[in-house]
Amino acid sequence: MDKKLKIRSKNLNFYYSQFKALHDISLDFYENQATALIGPSGCGKSTFLRCLNRMNDLITGIRVEGSILIDGKNIYDPSIDVVSLRGRVGMVFQKPNPFPKTIFENVAYGLKIKGIKDKNLIAEYVEKSLRAGALWDEVKDRLNNTALGLSGGQQQRLCIARALAVNPDVLLMDEPCSALDPIATQKIEELIHDLKKSYTIIIVTHNMQQAARTSDITAFFYMGKLIEAGKTDTIFTNPALKTTEDYITGRFG
Amino acid sequence: MRNSTSAANNLHDHEITTIHERQLQLRPEFKKVFHVKIQKRKKLFQHLFYFLFRLAAFINFAALAIIIYFILSNGLNAITWEFLTKPPVDSMTRGGILPCIIGTVCLSICSVSVAFPVGVFSAIYLNEYAKQGFVLRVIRLCINNLAGVPSVVYGLFGLAFFVIYLEMGVSIIAGALTLGIMTFPVVIGSTEEALKAVPDTYREASTGLGATKLQTILRVVLPTALPGILTGGILGISRAAGETAPVMFTAAVFFSPKLPSGIFSEIMILPYHIYVLATAGTEIEATRELQYGTALVLITLVLSMNLIAIIYRAKLRKKTKI
Repeated sequence: MDKKLKIRSKNLNFYYSQFKALHDISLDFYENQATALIGPSGCGKSTFLRCLNRMNDLITGIRVEGSILIDGKNIYDPSIDVVSLRGRVGMVFQKPNPFPKTIFENVAYGLKIKGIKDKNLIAEYVEKSLRAGALWDEVKDRLNNTALGLSGGQQQRLCIARALAVNPDVLLMDEPCSALDPIATQKIEELIHDLKKSYTIIIVTHNMQQAARTSDITAFFYMGKLIEAGKTDTIFTNPALKTTEDYITGRFG
Repeated sequence: MRNSTSAANNLHDHEITTIHERQLQLRPEFKKVFHVKIQKRKKLFQHLFYFLFRLAAFINFAALAIIIYFILSNGLNAITWEFLTKPPVDSMTRGGILPCIIGTVCLSICSVSVAFPVGVFSAIYLNEYAKQGFVLRVIRLCINNLAGVPSVVYGLFGLAFFVIYLEMGVSIIAGALTLGIMTFPVVIGSTEEALKAVPDTYREASTGLGATKLQTILRVVLPTALPGILTGGILGISRAAGETAPVMFTAAVFFSPKLPSGIFSEIMILPYHIYVLATAGTEIEATRELQYGTALVLITLVLSMNLIAIIYRAKLRKKTKI
């Protein structure tokens, strides 16, 4: 692999109080690649994704063992500033969740909380991010309308643009298309394809075709364990393990 | 896991067999009659309860309508320009109620400026920060009990603590603090309601963008919850404006020739004025019209505050649209 290592998860164990949700996950992510995490519901893929920007910290009673290194630094080290970590590792959620503000304010939000006050600079970043989110042409004339008036697919692209505005290195996507129709899904997938050039992308998906279309690497989770990970082509055409094959051919899950 | 599913299956089987057996016992002709009877009874009950629910809802409307009609018909004649702009004269048997109006407005505003910040801040703590546990339960218990304390007890407490012990005297500030404590639960309740209505996905999105907890609360949660919070505040004001017992020992006086000059002035207020005219005045019968006129002014004040709250909330809702 000639790509540069971005994130390394080392022997990660994760507990919701007594329940062990992740068993000994070791997985590498490379720069400018899209990695898909697949597996049946409750297999731990979303939990794992949320470990990568410590969103799980919001839940009480969780415990993490092992380490996740981003650019060589353990993000579970006590000296890490979680707030700035989340600025570097952006996240897009399952359901589009724009704020009940204007389109402009949604994208500007991340900049404003960073303390940027220069209006011209903010406007410039907002345009850039909306372009990167492939939404600019559709909304440039109504930036001051409420974001809740957009369609579901547009809202999700707005959420992606909002995440991009804070200029992260990594973009986590938790089933970003599960609430969208096929056309909106296609647009997001095309977007992921473009974003790969500048970001490390990790996408959780239930849709096998989506994993096959969008990702370079696929990791298959089952019952809190990482069963198999490898090049997407290989996983989908010639998986090493029977469980993986059963899942991707739809025999269970 | 497996045990519980098999137990559920057993239960299901059991239900199916009993229903099946019962059906076998019913002869076909009997079954038909029985069925029709049940249908009729069901329909009757449907109508009966629909009627009861509707009646109960209508009683609310009727109660308010009757009160307003009663006060209007008795008090409307008293309302003159002089009544609204002059102080009472001749042992309060003639003249106006200007000091009472001003007193009520001042007292309401002061008490809400005590209750609103403390109430909103506590609600934020309870809803956004506090972890479930013993301390939280105790605080909630206190709030619920605070709401249940009779208002005259607040009055006596205010007299003992603010007026006498803290040497504030009978004054706007003593009354405002007493009323403020009394309106905490109202403000906390409606603020918590409003905060709970803010979807967690907003908090997640904000946190995911690298916002601190405080930024998330100030920039996303509070603006979204604002309509509900302000409604709570205004309901608090209108509650405070109408109270008599907590202020009759702490802020209000029988008669005061001057308008209030500061927060340590004693004041006349509308509800207490009605009480005084109706029970302790020199000419109770002769001042009936003044009593109803004062009541009309009070109820107009309170209702219009509520109306403003409703309109304002509707406007904000349109903008944020939760």
